[in-house]
Amino acid sequence: MGLEAKLTQDGFFTTTLDALIAWSRKSSVWPMPMGISCCAIEMMAVGGPRYDIARFGSEVMRFTPRQCDLMIVAGTVTYKMSHVVKKIYDQMPDPKWVIAMGACTSTGGMYRSYPVVQGIDQFLPVDIYLAGCPPRPDNLLNALIQIQEKIGRTKGRDFQNKPLPQLNVIQNN
Amino acid sequence: MKEIILARLKTILPNIQVETSEYKDELTLHLQKKDVVDVCKVLKNESELKFIHCADVTAIDWARKKSRFTVVYHLFSLKNKFGLVIKADVDESDCSIDTVSSIWRAANWHEREVYDMYGIKFNNHPDLRRMYMPEEFEYHPLRKDFPLLGIPDSLPLPKK
Repeated sequence: MGLEAKLTQDGFFTTTLDALIAWSRKSSVWPMPMGISCCAIEMMAVGGPRYDIARFGSEVMRFTPRQCDLMIVAGTVTYKMSHVVKKIYDQMPDPKWVIAMGACTSTGGMYRSYPVVQGIDQFLPVDIYLAGCPPRPDNLLNALIQIQEKIGRTKGRDFQNKPLPQLNVIQNN
Repeated sequence: MKEIILARLKTILPNIQVETSEYKDELTLHLQKKDVVDVCKVLKNESELKFIHCADVTAIDWARKKSRFTVVYHLFSLKNKFGLVIKADVDESDCSIDTVSSIWRAANWHEREVYDMYGIKFNNHPDLRRMYMPEEFEYHPLRKDFPLLGIPDSLPLPKK
């Protein structure tokens, strides 16, 4: 970072608030592991010591959506499951990002049939589509790095005056 | 084993029609659908037979006018180490058959699955709800006239 060298000179430095916030946001992305099927195994490998997502500040996988800002949808999303995915996404606080991990999640993949949603972008705003069936762990890390670059470009005003999400309460569930 | 099964059925239930076929040492009984429950009771409870394991209940859609569906029961006797298949034809106009879930409790969910996928109703079933598809879904996906990619807007998606 070179931060220490700066601090030993004058004891302060100047930056913009946007840059500081974006920098801290992108360096501690907390993922929501939405592991639905086999892609989740590769996601677990990313959490382990060999690939080690902690190198990118994202080792804090929270199993509650309320503490997360990145949703990794890892697996085949059926129509029945889509309501659950959306419900969990709605509970995540803004600002939030989504990785569609793997062929099934991005396009339906090899499940070109009636129960599977042919791409989760039909009901979620997806930031990164990740190829592979399942993608290799380093591919997921690449997606995380790209998300970090995207977060680094954000400004505070991007998130202002956003309408509140409408919570869809599902009956009989 | 085949002779014992047929002899026991003949003596206990003399009035039923049974046709048999064999494929690679597997015996199949073709029955009228009204006789299935009676035959199954005998197969399970007779001390020589003891088909206590109902491995699967499934169905076939032949996509034809007369006797469109066939319901298939896979039974196994742990005592005799012998597997048996029972088949019964079901018409599309009277798309129902009596349940065997009172005989084997395992048949409960198997029959729910057949109901979900083929729309065959099981009379006297204690809990005939869909197994996989949502409750409000109107179609039966494993029927031959159901398109592979489903019917558009038949399954609800959350709003974006």
